[in-house]
Amino acid sequence: MNPLSLYEKLWQAHVVREEPDGTALIYIDRHLVHEVTSPQAFEGLRIAGRALWRRDSILATADHNTPTTDQKVIADPVSRLQVSTLDQNCRDYHITEFPMGDHRQGIVHVIGPEQGATLPGMTVVCGDSHTSTHGAFAALAMGIGTSEVEHVLATQTLLARKSKTMRVQVEGSLPRGVTAKDVALAIIGHIGTAGGTGHAIEFAGSAIRSLSMEGRMTVCNMAIEAGARAGMVAVDETTIAYLKGRPFAPGGARWDAAVAYWRTLHSDEGARFDRVVTLDASRIEPLVTWGTSPEMVTTVGGRVPDPAAESDATRREGMERALRYMALQPGMAITDIAIDKVFIGSCTNSRIEDLRAAAAVVKGRKVAANVKLALVVPGSGLVKSAAEAEGLDRIFIEAGFEWRNPGCSMCLGMNDDRLSPGERCASTSNRNFEGRQGAGSRTHLVSPQMAAAAAVSGHFADVRTFLN
Amino acid sequence: MKAFTTLDGLVVPIDRSNVDTDAIIPKQFLKSIRRTGFGPNLFDAWRYLDEGQPEQDNSKRPLNPDFVLNQPRYQGAQVLLARENFGCGSSREHAPWALDDYGIRALVAPSFADIFYNNCFKNGVLPIVLPADVVDGLFREVAASPGYRLRIDLAAQTVITPSGASHGFSVDEFRKYCLLNGLDEIGLTLRHADEIRAYEARRAQREPWIFGGAA
Repeated sequence: MNPLSLYEKLWQAHVVREEPDGTALIYIDRHLVHEVTSPQAFEGLRIAGRALWRRDSILATADHNTPTTDQKVIADPVSRLQVSTLDQNCRDYHITEFPMGDHRQGIVHVIGPEQGATLPGMTVVCGDSHTSTHGAFAALAMGIGTSEVEHVLATQTLLARKSKTMRVQVEGSLPRGVTAKDVALAIIGHIGTAGGTGHAIEFAGSAIRSLSMEGRMTVCNMAIEAGARAGMVAVDETTIAYLKGRPFAPGGARWDAAVAYWRTLHSDEGARFDRVVTLDASRIEPLVTWGTSPEMVTTVGGRVPDPAAESDATRREGMERALRYMALQPGMAITDIAIDKVFIGSCTNSRIEDLRAAAAVVKGRKVAANVKLALVVPGSGLVKSAAEAEGLDRIFIEAGFEWRNPGCSMCLGMNDDRLSPGERCASTSNRNFEGRQGAGSRTHLVSPQMAAAAAVSGHFADVRTFLN
Repeated sequence: MKAFTTLDGLVVPIDRSNVDTDAIIPKQFLKSIRRTGFGPNLFDAWRYLDEGQPEQDNSKRPLNPDFVLNQPRYQGAQVLLARENFGCGSSREHAPWALDDYGIRALVAPSFADIFYNNCFKNGVLPIVLPADVVDGLFREVAASPGYRLRIDLAAQTVITPSGASHGFSVDEFRKYCLLNGLDEIGLTLRHADEIRAYEARRAQREPWIFGGAA
C-alpha cells in the first residue's frame, strides 16, 4: 500500500466525484456558521428557492458583533440587525444555534471543539479563515467565502482541488515560558505569511505531540497566517481523551468504533510531502511582532530590525511602511516599547489554559499605570464559568483587568472593543494588520503570558523573568 | 455568476505586497447583510483621510490625494495590478464584492492568497497569476504611461500589453468553464445530487456518528 499523509487520507475519504481537471466535489461533515459571513448565503438560498441540505451538520453562534459588556441588546443597530438576522435564519431553517445569552455561546472556533462538534476525520468549514483551528483534531478544516457557505448549505459539498502538502516538524521540548503561540509565530517567521499558500500543513514532531489540544488549536489557528488554508495534527491519546464525554461526541458502542477509526488518522510511515520544514523547539523564545504582518516577528530580547539591512526593495519598502505605521525606530529594544492596551482573547488564545497561564503571571501584581485598558475576553460562556470556578476572574480583576463576556471582541473590533488611532496593544490575537483592531491601531502579537507580563510592566517584558 | 470573457481595461497599480482583506474592506463594513454597495469603501483606510462608517455618505469625505485610486489618471480602472500574496488574511467575500462593486473585473499579481483567489471566481472577477518579473515590468510600464491598459482574454488565457507583448496565464479548466459561461455552481452541483446521497449513505454506514446532532 502506498503510504498516505494525513491530508491525503482525509481528502480521499471525502471525495464525492472528481472532474477531469482535478476539481473535486468534497463532502462537508460539519458546517459552523456565524453572523458576519452567512446572511447573504441564506438570502441566496431563499432567492433561488433551494432547500437546506442537512441541518444537523450545522452549529451556529453569534460572535463577531457581540458586546462583551453586560448589554442585553446590542446598542449598534447595524450589528444588532446582523445578529438578529442569524437568529431568524436559524429559526427558519431549524438550525442549532447558541445565541447571545446562551451560556454555551462564544467564538465559533472555541465552541466547536468544546462541544465535541469537531471530530477527527471530519471536514469542517466555516465562513471564517480561522477555521483551520479545527485541524488540531485531525480534521480537514478550512475557511470559505460566503458563496461557498451558500454552496454547502444547498449541497453539503464544496468544489475544491487537492492542496499540496507541507509537514512542519517541531522537534524537542519547549523551554519554560515558551508556548504554542510562540511556536505558531516562529513557524510564520520562518516560512513567511505566504509560505503555506496552496498547501495543507501537518504540524508534527515531539514538540507538537507534547502540546495539549488547546495548544494544538492555537498552532493550527494560525496556519492561515502562514498562508495555508488548512493546518492539522494527527490523532493521539491526547485527542481522544479531550473528546470523551463532550455533548456532540459519539457515546456508547459508537464511541469505541469511532476511536478505532480515529486512531488511523495519522500520516503513514514514509508518506511524501511536497515540502518539509523542521524547527528546533528548544531554540524557540517568547516572541513579539513588531510590524503589520505576522511574519514581522522577533524575540522579546531582540530589537526592531533595520530596513536598511534588507536587500530586496519590495520587502524593504514594506518594512519601512510598517515601521512608520507602528511608530517604531530601527534598533529599538522590544522591551522598550511601551503599550496602551492589552487584549487577552480571540480564537487563538481565549481558552481556559490561556487564561490560567496569563493569570499565573498577573497574580499578586497590578496592571501598570500607563496601561489604559487591559481586557480579558474568554472564548465562550463555558470557558468563562470554568475560569470563574477557579477564581481566575478575581485574579484579573484585582490586578486591574476588565473581565468580559465571550466573543471575538478586540481581535477585529466589530463590536465596541477597539483601539483608538495610534494606540498600541499587546494582543493575544492573530493579526497585526494595519487598522485590524481599529483605525490607526498598532498591534503586537504575543502569547497570553507575554500579554500578562506586558500588562503589569507597561511595556513588553520577558515572561521568563516572571516565572520562578 | 457573472460571466467573464474578455476585457480591455485601464490598469491601477497597488504597489505593496501582502495586501490583506482587512485593507481591501475594513471590518466596520462587514456588518452589512447585503452583497452590494461596498465599492465606495474599497481600501477605505487608505483612500480617505477620516475613519469611515457604514451607511455614511462617502461623497463628502476627505480623500487621501496620495492614494492611487484617487489620482485622476486611474479613474475608471478595471484591472488591478498587485504584488505578492494579495488578499491574505480574513476569508471575507466582501473583499471581491468591494472590488467588483468599484468596477475592478480582473487582478494581476505574482501570487494571491488561497481563499481570496477562490472567492474572486465566485463573483466573476478574474485573478491572474503572472511571474514576478513580468509583474515587475508591468508596474514600470504603468508608471511610465498614463492611460495604460491591458487586454485580457480568458478563453485564450492571455494578457496583452499596449506594445503587443502577450503573457499566457494558467487557470483551472473547470473554473474557466464556469467563468466563461457565468454558470451557477450550486445548480451544477445539484445535478449530482444522487451521487451526494449515495456518498452520504456509504458514510453513514462507516461513520454513523457524523450524522445527527448532539448526543
